[in-house]
Amino acid sequence: MEGELAHIGAGLAAIGSGAAAIGVGNVAGNFLAGALRNPSAAASQTATLFIGIAFAEALGIFAFLVALLLMFAV
Amino acid sequence: MATETHGAEEGGLVFHPMDQFIVEPFFGGTDVAWYTVTNATVWSFLAVLATFLLLVLGSSKRSVIPSRMQSVAELAYGFVYKMVEDICGKEGVKYFPYIMTLFMFIVCANFLGLLPASFTPTAHFAVTVVLAMAVFLTVTILGFVKNGAAFLGLFWVASAPLALRPVLAVIELISYFVRPVSHSIRLAGNVMAGHAVIKVFAGFAALTVVSPFAILGITAMYGLEVLVSFIQAYVFTILTCVYLKDALHPSH
Repeated sequence: MEGELAHIGAGLAAIGSGAAAIGVGNVAGNFLAGALRNPSAAASQTATLFIGIAFAEALGIFAFLVALLLMFAV
Repeated sequence: MATETHGAEEGGLVFHPMDQFIVEPFFGGTDVAWYTVTNATVWSFLAVLATFLLLVLGSSKRSVIPSRMQSVAELAYGFVYKMVEDICGKEGVKYFPYIMTLFMFIVCANFLGLLPASFTPTAHFAVTVVLAMAVFLTVTILGFVKNGAAFLGLFWVASAPLALRPVLAVIELISYFVRPVSHSIRLAGNVMAGHAVIKVFAGFAALTVVSPFAILGITAMYGLEVLVSFIQAYVFTILTCVYLKDALHPSH
């Protein structure tokens, strides 16, 4: 029974990956919106874009990690 | 489809998607001691060798019209150099060799890991945690050596209202110590997740009905993984630069 609950928990943790996807989409979409308004400033901000994506994505990766732990470690 | 992923004993996948990450001795045998040459050691070494060959052979015959290898080496060098200079400023250029080493190792390990039947050292937390802890310790020690006690100003946000500063200091302190965790888990998690997804699609290919879609899925995921391999190496390096900048200029 406990193992099955862990599988359900892993599935629930996967929702976090979807949330991270929303976050990354927000970052990239807003960057694109800004970049199309002022294309000349876009090139200098790609580093900021990737840092923003990395921070948003980190929490999704944490959710993935929780899922992995539930699947293989619990 | 979910029942197929439970393993061979239920007549589904003949391999487990996570099997590819098992560390085992490269030259046969089963027990792993600290000196055993494992697949992890071999592929880490190959990543170092690839870095070495690319940069040494790329810069040995320096010609005005670069050969293909020289252009790639120059491209990689210029790319990382510009990143360090943009983020850390002129002072950060002194630490460029370290950051270049990190970038080249991670990018080579990631790309070599995409070869069929290979092993990805960067998909292991053991590898990325060492890299991230090295960055964390370097940056912390460097911050204190360069700025002395003024490095603690990193946690004391001078621009915030006085009443908020202690609260912010606690948050900043926590986020500082979470850095090596997120830094390492981001790289290993991304690489591991991508490889596992490819293996899951490969498992679906065993069913004749879905196999064309599985092959399409593998191809698409592989393309994505090539991108992710590069982007994660880039993100790891750029975050190293950001942390280094914090150590060099702790005031916000």
